[in-house]
Amino acid sequence: MDLLANLSLGFSIALNPFTLMLAVFGCFIGTIIGALPGLGPSNGVAILIPLAFALNLDAVSALVLMTAVYYGAMYGGRISSILLNIPGDEPAMMTTLDGYPMAKAGRAGDALVLSGVASFVGALLATIGLMLLAPSLARVAFLFGPAENFALYLLAFATLGGLASNNQAKSALAACIGLGIAVVGVDNNSGLPRLTGGNLHLFDGIDFLVAIVGLFAVAEVFMFIESQGKNTSIGVKLERVTVPVKAIVSSGWTMLRASGVGFVAGILPGAGASLGSFLAYMTEKSIAGDKGGFGTGVPKGVAAPEAGNNAAAGGALVPMLTLGVPGSGTTAVLLALLMTLNITPGPTLFTERPEVVWGLIASLLIANFVLLLMNVPMVRIFVYILSVPAWILLPGVMMISFVGIFSLSGSYFDLLLMIAFGVLGYVLRKLSVPTVPIILGILLGKHMEDALRDAMVLSQGDWTYLFSSPIAIGLWSVAAIGFVAPMFLRKVLAKPERVAD
Amino acid sequence: MVSDRIFGLVVTLVALGYIASATQIQTSFLADPLGPKAFPYLVGGVGVLCGAVIVLRPDPDPAWPGLATIGALAVATLVLIAYAYTLVPLGFIIPTAVTAAILSYQISPRVVPSILTGIGLSVGLFIIFKFALGLSLVAFSDAIIGG
Repeated sequence: MDLLANLSLGFSIALNPFTLMLAVFGCFIGTIIGALPGLGPSNGVAILIPLAFALNLDAVSALVLMTAVYYGAMYGGRISSILLNIPGDEPAMMTTLDGYPMAKAGRAGDALVLSGVASFVGALLATIGLMLLAPSLARVAFLFGPAENFALYLLAFATLGGLASNNQAKSALAACIGLGIAVVGVDNNSGLPRLTGGNLHLFDGIDFLVAIVGLFAVAEVFMFIESQGKNTSIGVKLERVTVPVKAIVSSGWTMLRASGVGFVAGILPGAGASLGSFLAYMTEKSIAGDKGGFGTGVPKGVAAPEAGNNAAAGGALVPMLTLGVPGSGTTAVLLALLMTLNITPGPTLFTERPEVVWGLIASLLIANFVLLLMNVPMVRIFVYILSVPAWILLPGVMMISFVGIFSLSGSYFDLLLMIAFGVLGYVLRKLSVPTVPIILGILLGKHMEDALRDAMVLSQGDWTYLFSSPIAIGLWSVAAIGFVAPMFLRKVLAKPERVAD
Repeated sequence: MVSDRIFGLVVTLVALGYIASATQIQTSFLADPLGPKAFPYLVGGVGVLCGAVIVLRPDPDPAWPGLATIGALAVATLVLIAYAYTLVPLGFIIPTAVTAAILSYQISPRVVPSILTGIGLSVGLFIIFKFALGLSLVAFSDAIIGG
């Protein structure tokens, strides 16, 4: 029983008091991050990475802390969706559709507890799925050579851009910006600098953490200055919290189905949690039919997207750990964390560093139970934290970003670069150019180029080598479909409008 | 429409500039079949293509903020740049308090709460970073306390 042996290895690491404390702390911080509007999981994890690094945590501890934050944020996102009609993060968008009407009808407590339980079911099933699926996928990934890897990276960009954006040209452009930035610095093969303009600061390349914090956190603060904090509307009061047993039992099947749908959506490279909650909600809506009353505040409409988005969050870890290709914006940020810690995700991770993988999985299982406790009996605490106004929160985010980046390198050049990325991120967001492909490009650019160059060395410059194996051809085809198909499916996939007050 | 056409044009020009500077990359005698230039060419080429598509098929214009808001954003950017330059010479507390107060004022223009936010964030974060997380921060630099 490989699995049991691995799990006991994992639990021996995860139950270490220090690791356990980090997991609990991460869950708490994560729930806050998810709950606060304007501080989604990618922003939150991004500004915490430099700090986790500055604390000199070892690889397993840092990873446990940050993935606990990630899971916590997925739980927390629902709180402001339900109470304020503002999604705490992007995937929680769908939860506003039925959660807010339920809260307006005086059932805010029910909606919070139900969605907490749904989050738990989704996340737990997905973690078990991750545990069962990842090792076998890692074995398949051993068959990948440079040609397959190149096609795989392309697939990630194609599906991420295809699904996440409304304009193919703009998402492809975003990928190019990222890849173009990744090239800057000393070339691994020749040892000569490329595109540095003679600036010594750029010889090491541009640190992806600087770009991530700039594009996500700093740009977010600019968006808030533009809106003058108008997005913080007054929400519904939370009267009493009881456990709505009937609603939980009656939406049991909904949670299970939504977890399945979400998990599969999460595994697709580039699709992520937003697609997971969207598909889960739409599936349940069509199963329930017109009589289901979706959109008017029914419990199933709250359970489905929450189970879906948490299952997708777990699913998104599968490609990230086994292939080194993140399935969402936040897992892209987690990939940045792994790279900072000198851990190369991919099939070798499972054989060479089993303690990292299984320690992580065991911690996630524990984190789920901790999160259930925090998010059901203790939900009131987070509701209080929600009332932190934007004019305190956003300057705080900015200051934490500065200290984090400054503690990485101690150079003001990185701070200026971060501000520049913030301005770029703001302009791109106004023009609806997605920023996640940029991050992915900066993270994967070097690997993608190396894969291409290694493939050409192996084939002595023959381009057809890139399409020479069945796996490679398969990946190329999925990439092409993933990029083109959404152009035609856009009308079908149109997101429902948010509930207006 | 107009925003995207201008944006697409800028993208095309930047991508062409990128390709032009990629031609200047030095190659070594140890070159692999592809060399260090091919990948930047590829990326720049796709970039030019994207720029052209954006020019030809623009999206509707986003809602750009008014001049006053753009001014506020410019001020915020300048304040942040100043913050980056003063963080080392002046120590953590003073630049952080000033920057946080200005940003807070820009999100919600009320003087007293902004000043309190600035001071509170600065001192609070300093205590957390310095004593809870153990980062090496300097509260006030020698230049200020005259040491």
